[in-house]
Formats: sequence, C-alpha cells, structure tokens
Amino acid sequence: MAYVAVKGGEQAILNSHRLIAEERRGDAAVPELTVRQVAEQMGLAVDRVMCEGSVYDRELAALALKQAQGDAVEAIFLLRAYRTTMPRFAVSNTLDTAQMAIQRRVSATFKDIPGGHVLGSTYEYTHRLLDFDLLDPAPCEDTKANIADRPLESGVGRAFDSIRDEGLIEVETAPAGQQAVFDLTREPLSLPAGRDQRLQNLARGDEGFVVGLAYSALRGYGAAHPYVGETRVGDVAVEIVPEELGFAVSIGDITVTECQMLDLFGGSELQPAQFTRGYGLSFGKSERKAMGMAIVDRSLRCRELGEEARYPVQDEEFVLAHTDNLEAAGFVSHLTLPHYVDFQADLQFIRQLRREKSGDHLDKEAAE
Amino acid sequence: MTANQEGAARGGRRSAYNFAYLDEQSKRMIRRCILKAMAVPGFQVPFGSREMPLAYGWGTGGIQLTASIIGPDDRLKVIDQGADDATNAVSIRRFFKKVTGVETTEQTSAATIIQTRHRVPETALEERQILIYQVPSPEPLKRLEPREAETRKMHAYGEYGLMSVQLYEDISRFGHIATTNSYPVMTNERYLMSPSPIPKFDNPKLGKNPAIQLFGAGREKRIYAVPPYTQVRSLDFDDHPFKVQRWTQSCSLCGATESYLDEILMDDKGQRMFVCSDTDYCATRKESQQASSNDGTSGSPAHPSREAEKGPNS
Repeated sequence: MAYVAVKGGEQAILNSHRLIAEERRGDAAVPELTVRQVAEQMGLAVDRVMCEGSVYDRELAALALKQAQGDAVEAIFLLRAYRTTMPRFAVSNTLDTAQMAIQRRVSATFKDIPGGHVLGSTYEYTHRLLDFDLLDPAPCEDTKANIADRPLESGVGRAFDSIRDEGLIEVETAPAGQQAVFDLTREPLSLPAGRDQRLQNLARGDEGFVVGLAYSALRGYGAAHPYVGETRVGDVAVEIVPEELGFAVSIGDITVTECQMLDLFGGSELQPAQFTRGYGLSFGKSERKAMGMAIVDRSLRCRELGEEARYPVQDEEFVLAHTDNLEAAGFVSHLTLPHYVDFQADLQFIRQLRREKSGDHLDKEAAE
Repeated sequence: MTANQEGAARGGRRSAYNFAYLDEQSKRMIRRCILKAMAVPGFQVPFGSREMPLAYGWGTGGIQLTASIIGPDDRLKVIDQGADDATNAVSIRRFFKKVTGVETTEQTSAATIIQTRHRVPETALEERQILIYQVPSPEPLKRLEPREAETRKMHAYGEYGLMSVQLYEDISRFGHIATTNSYPVMTNERYLMSPSPIPKFDNPKLGKNPAIQLFGAGREKRIYAVPPYTQVRSLDFDDHPFKVQRWTQSCSLCGATESYLDEILMDDKGQRMFVCSDTDYCATRKESQQASSNDGTSGSPAHPSREAEKGPNS
C-alpha cells in the first residue's frame, strides 16, 4: 500500500549504512586506505579538518576523512561531534607566534626584512600541470628536498616591526578589564561580538565562505585595501600552567599559519592616519584560510574604527551567523526531511485561494 | 595522544560516552536554561548549544533538551510530522536507545517524554508528560527583521506592531492571514513566540496544556518554554478571527474527522487518499474500532469507496 512506502523505517536506515560502508570501501581488489596514509599523504585535507573541526589531532582528523570518504565538511562534523564530549582540563597560555620555528615567512610590504623571506612549501609557483609521473608510485628517496646551508634564525619579529616603532602601525593591546577570553565552543554567539568571539568564529568558519567574503571585500563589496604585513607558517609550543605546579610547561608543538594584514586607515578625530590590522590564524598549513580570515576580521572592525558599514562583509550578524559549515550544511540538508504536514497546510491554502479567485471570477461574469 | 584517544580512534570506546551522550556539566547548563525559560514563558534563552552527532537542522535542539532531562526510568516517544516511523524519528529514537538504554514507545499516552518535529500529538497530554519541540527558527520576527540586535529590542519593549502589519497585509492581499504553519502566538500575554513549524491546526493545543512544553533550537542556540496551563493565544483580528485547517475528507484508515490529515498520492492519475498524520492516534482508533466491532457493536471503519478520493484539481 502506498501509505507505507512514504515512511522510512529502521531497516532502510540499516541498509543505507551498509551501502555507505560498501561505497566507502570501493573496489575490494584495491588495497584499503590506511588512516596513516591519509595523515601522511593528504596532509592539507587533514589540516583543514583539524582547523574547522577545532581539534588538533592528525590521526583523528585523518580517521574522520577516511570515514567520510574524503568529504571535508562531513569529516569536520565527525571531529566536532567527538570533540564536544571531551572534558576540558586546561586553558593554554597565549601562543607566542614570535617564537615560531618558521617553515615559511613572507611579507608583501618590504623587499628585505630582518630574518629574511622564507618561501617554504607553497603551490604558488608551481605550474598547475597534472604530473603524470604520480600515476605510478615512485621510490621515496626521489622526493627529499635539499637542506639549507644555514639554519633559520629563531625568534624573528614581524616584518613590519621597523615601522611599528614609528607609530605607523596600530598598536595592539589586550582590551582593558577583560579577564577571561570568550569560549565560542561553550557559549552561544553573543552580539555585538568582541574580537575574541569573532576570531574564534572565523577560525572555525567554512574556508570557502570566509575566502568568498574576503574576495567580496577586495572586489568592491567592501572597503579593504590590505597588504600582507606578514604571513608565516611553522611550529609553536602550546603551554599550560598546571595548578599544582604554578609555572608553565609545554605540552607539545602545533603547526599553525598566521597572517597579519595591514590596511590603510585615513584617520579619525580620535586616531591619526595609520595602518590598521586584521588577524588570521589557522591550524596546519592553510594560508588561504588565514588570509581570508584576516581580511574579514579587518572588515568587521569597521564599527570600532568609525567606518560606515555598507557591505555584507562588514555586517557582523550576517557574517558571524553564517560561517559555520555544520550549521549551514545541516540546515540546508534538513530540507530532505519530510515536510508533508507543512506542505499539506500550504497546499490547502493555495487551493483555497484559487477556489476563491475563480469564485470571484464567476461572480463578476454573472454580474456582467 | 592519550591512551583513551587511541582507544577511541580505534572505535573501542562506545561505553565511554556518558548517559544520554552529553557530559553532566553540559546537561546542567541546559537544565538551568530550561528553568529560566520556564520562569519567563515564551522568552528565548540563549544556551551553549553543543555539537551533536546528528546534523544541525535535524533536531539537535530537541535532542539536547531530551538528553539533558531524560533519566533511566523515562519512556521516550519520537515523532516526525506526526509519525513514529518516519526516518528521522527512527534515527533519533535509535540514538537515545543506544546512549541511554531507556524504554521507547509509540503510544502518546504511555510516554513521559515526547520529542516532536512539526506536530503536536492529537491525543491530549497529561501533567506527567513533557513535550519537546525541535525548532529550526526560534525568532518569530526573523522574516520581518533579520537582525537579532533589533528583534531583541522589539521583544524587550513588547513592540510587536510589525507582526500585526504583516498579518494585515496578508489579509489585504489574500483575504486571509497567509501563515499556515509556524503561526505566531502570544505566550502569557507577554512574549511573541514561534510555535515551531507545526501547522496552525495544532496551535490551540499549546494553550492551557497540562504538559510541560519545551522548545529547542540547536543551530540558533535558543531554548524557550510554555509551562503547564499557560495561556497561549494565536494572533488574529476581531474581524478575522483565528481559524484552523479543516478537511472535507475524513481519514481513510480510521475515519477521524477531527485530526490533521496527510494527503497520499495513490497513482499518477490524481487518485489520492487522506490519512491521519498522527500515526499513533490513527492506529489506536483503528484498534478500538476493531475491538468494538468484534463486540458486535457498530464502529464502522472507513468505507472502502472513500479510500481513494478525487482531489479538487483533478
């Protein structure tokens, strides 16, 4: 009977799960992908999942990617749903990115910077030609890069520090009186949002959406004219102060990408003309995300700097409410849920309107 | 990576999840928000909505409410569009079975907690029951004013003129208020509230209800409540009083004339039938009819010729 067919059942769900498992495994003649292979050889995908999943754990992120058949948003979902059940045992000290063990460091503002530019591993200067050699596995020793003659300096300052001292770059100070940093994973977004909320929101936000917003700001739907003050990739130590010790201990290193954008600010009655900053930070190597984040951060500072908010990227509620890809993907996909009851209500209403309209029509004809 | 995490990474940690999935601190935080919501009926309380293993938009608000109040002795019923056997209802019920081990039921009267999407059960609820609504958009003013900074002020000042204007514009355009579901209500004569996307047919069931009604919006991170026996009034005008949907048809399975009906397409020639959207209500009526017809009394089920009716457009 048709009535039964429109309802889903327990069996259908079980069968669907089996079908996922089959599709995930693919052709059984092909060796199964290991989580370690994903972690080692799909590193940038792992970085994105760690960043938006808000968990720095390469193995779990790789597992999530394997389980999700490589679907980044689904993998991020898996990692977040795992994260949410974890107890919180400490809050780390502020990361000191000036002490980063640098793998890449580039500034667009000065040709020569103390400590030097470091190109690092970037796709920027590769020609995007399919490398057909990769079709077949190659011996491992072929891929070793050369080691530099001398090691990089450690503890290098920002590329733009030299002009910071002239007062040409906004000095960043922690907001007065603020004790604890807002925790977006524990508290709902509260508007108007402070910069802590905003940066957390953007760091977890969907890369595509954040980069798209940043692009809109550059293309005329925003007031951004940013320079990459510096973008750097490398390892930093995470330190916590255990209560029973009372001093900081390092619990491990994480790789992060940091971007500081400088944006020309014409000055206001209170502030002289100077370069203002936008900040971006992401887990792993994800410069695109960190740069997009920095541009959006700066755009959203318009109210604080007394600039007129005219574009979507400057609209705090619009941006911050729509960055999270779990929320966005979840709500869009929920439309596949049945809406029989709602549809029936609208269907009935439309029928009623049409009936009344044709009734009017007949009445008029009768009158004429 | 800790040993625990390594265990988890290998999928051997299912038992390590807390009762009802959420940790006790999160549950307590949600229960505090529920108490606040109960104290201020219809007011949207922000809460630290957690990521759940089900997607946003699929009932995470309702699931968090259920998870934070459910105990081992509860009996849970989950419905979607009125039906216990709809896929998402099955999925949520399975989730709670797995993480709590509580007894589940399809019988409205046997349940202590009922989680619902888009319907209020036809069977009247009692004082010992809690009805939990899954809410996609908690803010009734959102379509009129998308900015929360503004809508918060409108609620604070009780400035609901915009909604009246919207309803009036509907009447001037269509001759009717064009809202058929999520029909706005005034709770306790103070807060304008969205009853969630239930059809307006269900609105009268919200007011003076003996059960506790909790509304959870996970993605939007809001909880609100209608405590037992609270007044809930659907907005209307003196010359356009609030009216619920009525069908000319009755349920083809149980013959009900007072229930919300789903329209079922039978074939591609416009053959259709109407059946109760509330599957438990329909099944219970059929059973009692069969019982009474076995007793030799009347109680005729729907006439076969009524099973398939031609729709008005065919």
